[in-house]
Amino acid sequence: MSELLKVPTMAEFMAQGKQPEVLFWVGSAGSFDDRAKKITRAFVKILNKANVEFAVLGTEESCTGDVAKRAGNEFLFQMQAVTNIEILNAYEIKKIVTCDPHSYNCLKNEYPSLGGNYEVMHHTQFLKELINSNRLDIKESDYKGKQITFHDPCYLGRANSEYDAPRDVLNNLNANLVEMKRSKAFALCCGAGGAQMFKEPEKGDKDINELRTEDALKTNPEIIATACPYCMTMMTDGVKVKEKENQIKVMDIAELIASSQNL
Amino acid sequence: MDYIPNILFAIILILGIGFFVKNIKKLIRNIKLGQDTVVSDNKSQRWENMAMIALGQSKMVRRPISGFLHVVVYVGFIIINIEVLEIIIDGLFGTHRIGLSVLPKSVYGFLIGTFEVLACFVFVAVTIFWIRRNILKLARFWNSEMTSWPKNDGNFILYFEMVLMSLFLIMNATDLHFQSLNSGNVISQYIAPWFLGLSEGTLHFIERGAWWIHIVGILIFLNYLYYSKHLHILLAFPNTYYGNLKPKGQFNNLEAVTKEVKMMMDPTADPFANPVEGEEEETPAKFGASDVQDLNWVQLLSAYTCTECGRCTSACPANLTGKKLSPRKIMMDTRDRLEEVGKNIDTNKGEFKDDGKQLLGDYITHEELWACTTCNACVEECPVSIDPLSIILEMRRYLVMEQSAAPVELNNMMTNIENNGAPWPYNQMDRLNWKNE
Repeated sequence: MSELLKVPTMAEFMAQGKQPEVLFWVGSAGSFDDRAKKITRAFVKILNKANVEFAVLGTEESCTGDVAKRAGNEFLFQMQAVTNIEILNAYEIKKIVTCDPHSYNCLKNEYPSLGGNYEVMHHTQFLKELINSNRLDIKESDYKGKQITFHDPCYLGRANSEYDAPRDVLNNLNANLVEMKRSKAFALCCGAGGAQMFKEPEKGDKDINELRTEDALKTNPEIIATACPYCMTMMTDGVKVKEKENQIKVMDIAELIASSQNL
Repeated sequence: MDYIPNILFAIILILGIGFFVKNIKKLIRNIKLGQDTVVSDNKSQRWENMAMIALGQSKMVRRPISGFLHVVVYVGFIIINIEVLEIIIDGLFGTHRIGLSVLPKSVYGFLIGTFEVLACFVFVAVTIFWIRRNILKLARFWNSEMTSWPKNDGNFILYFEMVLMSLFLIMNATDLHFQSLNSGNVISQYIAPWFLGLSEGTLHFIERGAWWIHIVGILIFLNYLYYSKHLHILLAFPNTYYGNLKPKGQFNNLEAVTKEVKMMMDPTADPFANPVEGEEEETPAKFGASDVQDLNWVQLLSAYTCTECGRCTSACPANLTGKKLSPRKIMMDTRDRLEEVGKNIDTNKGEFKDDGKQLLGDYITHEELWACTTCNACVEECPVSIDPLSIILEMRRYLVMEQSAAPVELNNMMTNIENNGAPWPYNQMDRLNWKNE
């Protein structure tokens, strides 16, 4: 049991007749995956530190349906979407932030035509905004001069053309940011998208996450930064396959920011 | 008797263009076999994309070497084809170099000189292309789908261009009158000496021969397009116009599904109610795609547009790690199957007779479809705005919603979402447990 986090729910806000500044969409990975939960906690610590009035849906949140849609199950996706939209609209949600690019893409692009219209932000975009508006002050960080390479999540980068926010946030750490040869629009997928996360890969001569880890290793990083819970799993496994887990850490941008502030 | 060449020329020209038009009509008919989709939004953005991506080749130069060479061939080919105008007029009216009698010598010389230089550049660029394909063996030209016809097709186009450019230069080099003007023979003056010592009659014969083979070659090449990946020189324009403008991550929401979901969620709806009188009885929609007719016409247009360059496949994470999936093959299979369906319709007097085959299974395997990570790398790479991912998704939809044929692990994942609102078997009531861990 670590220190207590302030994580109010929408139900609590509602009971007080208040609206939060933003709804934090935790997502299934952020709620249940052991590694991703650490990202969730790190992000909440930052929100607490920056005095952001946020709320979560808690037990009222359900899978966005993103993964079902990419697997081809449009029915299941729309059932999930309609259910979630009903709750979000009932709470009159206007703005959502999430640490999962897949939820981000789904909520931002695929919910509107089903009746769910919100301003949706990825947590790197939200962090950038907090920093730029001086609500979050990044003091001298432990990462000064450290070699960091950033792996672009497909659903943040190519899918939604957001390449700057994660890099802008990372730049606040005064680290030595090195780009992989394949980056931004031409970044290689970690291998988890399109429901691959939940199945064994087809027969081939290598796993995709291993190839992507090789891309990252070529930059001699001390830290591989990610901004997606699925990329986190894949890159962490990749580093293990390459037996580099003692030298190289894989961290989400939220974790880097939180730990640089000793949160 | 003097009119025989003119008449012959006119006949060849009419046949060449007529046959081409016939094939284009067939092409349009085949594309229209696809499902309707309305693309009428954002016209100005679409024109801009066409101007930038197709006309301006903006995505070609992403890969500098092939991009630069392609621009050379593209610009060269377009500009040199102005010369075809003169050839056609000369051919029809029995004139010789009509341009010389309407334009000042210097202007004509400048034009032909430019064409000659470009022809030379095109020849060099095409030769380098050939070397990249056949000697350097660039990986993307040697994937498993690039055997037999696709491989030969790629080389035939290069040979065609080499021959056409050579004929143009030879035609000029052996034209004594043109050489004597000494204006515009920038390149051909160096080729002329190769023919030194030949009689005037022989030279004239070679010049006429080159002239005829050149124009007939162009007409053959024009008609070759329909059977070749080279169709992209025409279809890149509509394809970039109709290309997707939405964020790449946004997959369309199926309206047929929305209707059913809304009905399921509506407590007042009576699923057994008789349809309202006067309302059209709808045939139940087929979800996803198992054959080309289930895809929309933009996707079919894309299949004809694909020039098999393989940039998509060379960026595909699944393909890079040895999986069977190749986005280029998805497009090639779609086109091949569409052609097969088109021929079926031709032989059966305008009606498609079930041939027991379909795109799914007979062309594209389940294994290929399930290897996709939906990462959009192929879409990002395509220099002519093709979206292979949209076809993969439609076929996955068919597999899952019509056939329940997803891999077992994915079925488990989907059952979890149905039961407890997460892809893993955790209780929804535990969603906030992370807070206190």
